[in-house]
Amino acid sequence: MSEHVDSVKTYTAVWLILLVLTGVTTGVAYIDLGAFSVVVALVIAAVKMLLVALFFMHMRHSTRLTQLAAAGAFLWLFIMMAFTLADVWTRGLVGTPGR
Amino acid sequence: MAEQAHAHAESLALREQFNTAEQQKESSTFGMWVFLVTEVMFFGGLFLAYTIYRNTYPTVFGMASTSLNAVIGALNTAVLLCSSFTMVLAVRASQLGKRKAIVIFLILTLLLGMVFLGVKAYEWNEKFVEHHIPGAHFHFEGMAEQGPAQLFFTLYFVMTGLHALHMVVGVGILSWLLYHAARGRFTAEYMTPVDIAGLYWHFVDIIWIFLFPLLYLIDRHMK
Repeated sequence: MSEHVDSVKTYTAVWLILLVLTGVTTGVAYIDLGAFSVVVALVIAAVKMLLVALFFMHMRHSTRLTQLAAAGAFLWLFIMMAFTLADVWTRGLVGTPGR
Repeated sequence: MAEQAHAHAESLALREQFNTAEQQKESSTFGMWVFLVTEVMFFGGLFLAYTIYRNTYPTVFGMASTSLNAVIGALNTAVLLCSSFTMVLAVRASQLGKRKAIVIFLILTLLLGMVFLGVKAYEWNEKFVEHHIPGAHFHFEGMAEQGPAQLFFTLYFVMTGLHALHMVVGVGILSWLLYHAARGRFTAEYMTPVDIAGLYWHFVDIIWIFLFPLLYLIDRHMK
C-alpha cells in the first residue's frame, strides 16, 4: 500500500533482528536440548517468518481480505500435515481387520 | 453513452476495468498472496515428506544432516536475509518514486541473490565430490544401509533445488524490473510490479528460513 511508507530505521531494525536470530538458531543447534532442539529451531524460524511477513511483506498494513488469504495457508497446511501424520504415526497401533 | 463507459482516463495505475487505483492495487496484492498460498502447499508437501521420513529413520537422517556444512548454510541464510532487506528498500524507493534508488537496490538484491546461488552451487559440487548424490555411485560412510541416507539426500536436493529454481525465477523477475525501473516506468503512483515481486522474493526467503534449520541444524547436537 503506497500510503504506508515504513521508515528505513524500522526495516534496518527488522533486518538486524533477523541476522541475530540466524546466529542464535545456528549456535543453539550445538547445545544438546534433546527433543526440544526441533521445537526451538521451529519457533525461531516462525518468529523470523512473522517478521518477514509483517514488515517486509507489509502484512501489518494489508487489508483484512489479504490477511485472511495469507492466514488460510496455515489452515490448509495444517489439514494436510495433521491428517497425513495422524495416519502415518498411528499405523500398527490397531490391527487391520481381515488380516 | 459511449463516454460513460470510460468513466476515467486509463493509465498504468488505473486500468479501465477498475473503479479506483486503490482497488486495482488491492487486486494485485490479493492475487499474489493467493498464488503464494499455493506455493506454501507446494513446498508443504515436501516438508511433510521430510517430517515423515525423518521420523522413520531418525539416526540416519541425523548423520546425513550433520554432514552438511552448517557454517556455510548460516552465512548463506544471512546473504538471503540481506537480499530481502535490499528488496524491501527497493520497494520503499518505488513508493517514494525515487528512480535511481530503485535501480541501485534492485542491483544489490540481484547480486546478493546470485551470491546465494553461487554458494549453493559450491555446496552441491561438494556433494558430488563426496558421492552424496543419490544414484548408482551414492556412498555414505559408516552405514550398513544406504537407502535411508539416499532418501535424506534426495529430499535435500529436491527441496534446495526447488528453492534454487525459485531463486533463478526471481533473478529473472528482478532483471525485468531493473530494465523497466531504469527506463523510469515505476512511479509513486504505479509501482505494483516492484511491490508484487517483493512479495515473491520475501516468500522465497521464508522458505529458506525453514529449510535451513530443518536440513542443517536440528541434529547438530547429536554429533
